[in-house]
Amino acid sequence: MLKIIKGKAFVYGANIDTDQIYPGRFLDQTDPEAVARHAMEGIDPDFVREVTPGDIIVASTNFGCGSSREHAAVTLKAAGVGAVLAASFGRIFFRNAINLGLPVLVCPDIHSRTKRGDVLTVDLATGQVRNETRGLVAQAEPLSDYIINILASGGIKPMIRRSLAHES
Amino acid sequence: MHAIEKILARAAGKESVKTGEILNCTVDLAGINDLYLQTLRSFSEMGGSKVHDPGRIVLFLDHYAPASTIAQADNQKQFREFCREQNIKLLMDVDQGVCHQVLADQGLVYPGQLLVVTDSHTTTHGAFGAFGTGVGATDLAIIMITGKLWFRVPEVIGIRLDGKLSTGVYAKDVILKIIGELKADYATYKAVEFTGPALAQFSVSERMTLCNMTTEMGAKTSYIQPDKITEAFLSGRVKHPYETVFTDSGYVYAAEHSYDISAIKPQVAAPSSVDNVSDLAAYAGRPIDQAFIGTCTGGRVADLAVAARILAGRKVHSRTRLLVVPASKSVFLEAMNQGYVQKLVEAGATFVTPGCAACLGTHQGLLASGETCITSSSRNFPGRMGHARAEIFLASPATVAASALEGKIADPAPYLA
Repeated sequence: MLKIIKGKAFVYGANIDTDQIYPGRFLDQTDPEAVARHAMEGIDPDFVREVTPGDIIVASTNFGCGSSREHAAVTLKAAGVGAVLAASFGRIFFRNAINLGLPVLVCPDIHSRTKRGDVLTVDLATGQVRNETRGLVAQAEPLSDYIINILASGGIKPMIRRSLAHES
Repeated sequence: MHAIEKILARAAGKESVKTGEILNCTVDLAGINDLYLQTLRSFSEMGGSKVHDPGRIVLFLDHYAPASTIAQADNQKQFREFCREQNIKLLMDVDQGVCHQVLADQGLVYPGQLLVVTDSHTTTHGAFGAFGTGVGATDLAIIMITGKLWFRVPEVIGIRLDGKLSTGVYAKDVILKIIGELKADYATYKAVEFTGPALAQFSVSERMTLCNMTTEMGAKTSYIQPDKITEAFLSGRVKHPYETVFTDSGYVYAAEHSYDISAIKPQVAAPSSVDNVSDLAAYAGRPIDQAFIGTCTGGRVADLAVAARILAGRKVHSRTRLLVVPASKSVFLEAMNQGYVQKLVEAGATFVTPGCAACLGTHQGLLASGETCITSSSRNFPGRMGHARAEIFLASPATVAASALEGKIADPAPYLA
């Protein structure tokens, strides 16, 4: 079952690239806890200090554009981010996030109506987004069954692990 | 069907496919870069023990060539050990260069191939009529385990090029102009095909630059229909049998655009977005601290050749440092044979080991706060090449060379007349 995600919003603009989400100079780090220490460092040095589990990133278009680095999804997930809502996503970041079990939803209608610190809830099953602070509701594009299945499994790794065990 | 769809259909074992369809495709060649030890971690985390087909995996130690930190060295050590354990013969070690150039040089990419690399600029291989696309570490690990990966059949955007390039204008200027107009997210999830009579004047090197930069429009892959120019390049390099596919007449593109390249002047993408593009003239005279020629976007033989032509017998301006990074060992050797390296070094260039170098801000030529760089690479995001308060301008290799010479952003045309 997919849970409701609730957390405070961190709001960013358009074209937040993977170098801003996770600067290239830290790419030799591999431990998720070490990777988490540099989340959003290229655009928001306060992020790591302020983020708490379940918090939600809200962005305009093309969030996660740029490099293929899975670190960009790892850093957000390991930092405790509960979901990312953006008007659109960079293609590889989107796949990476879903693979890791980090919910990413296309929601064009929330960015302009949300301020940093607003409390949001996201219903992954329906795509409904509520800004509890301002009493607003927005609708994200519903996730496909394929993606919901990955998220409900906790990411693609447990799915593949299970299918390999099943084959052998 | 589009040629791209035919490639995916073959890889999925289907007669025909439709836009939007999800396919599980057999990947012809999968590449892993040294930035992504996570690929090996995900492989074990998912229960992988033996690679599905070691002959279809290639490892590139290119982004940290050679290692600058102990952590980088340790990651590369683990990759080398993995290749030995898994009997992976295609290990491109730190002497070889950037993955995309190495794939081309060594004849590992061919028309109709489904090529997946853990590098976003895998779109480059549209220049050879291959379906090249970038993925993250875990997706690549799935290919290592199963030999397959899922893909959504993309819409295709057609970009037709007419006309003739003016002196001092190159493929890099053309693609910057296009990205400036269509914007950085225009082709997200989609494919971009270049067509039109102007392609006849673009070498394989220049076609690679066009296709490489479609990543900066968000493209999933790109395509140029292989022709005599492609075949001349592939002939004698590619050992793998291949079949060139063609788009059916009547295929309907998601969008079509047309550019008269005769009208394009030298372009720059100003800080800090690839689509913040203007005619060079708007920034002419801006002082430059570092000029950078290299990468999978702008570090090929023709790029070093034009830089050598501009700088031969002259000196890089005293306020500017010029870094030159041949994209690969083959490029480096050919540039030496042609005398380009001597001319550039005499002019004041600093040479760096073939690889990705400072393009992604990991090592070998980072920028300090407040510095300005002009580069033939692909990205000018904040912090991309060092400090987040350094400014990066993207331009053609010729423009970078002319700017290094003058110590400020400069049009290369006067040096090429």
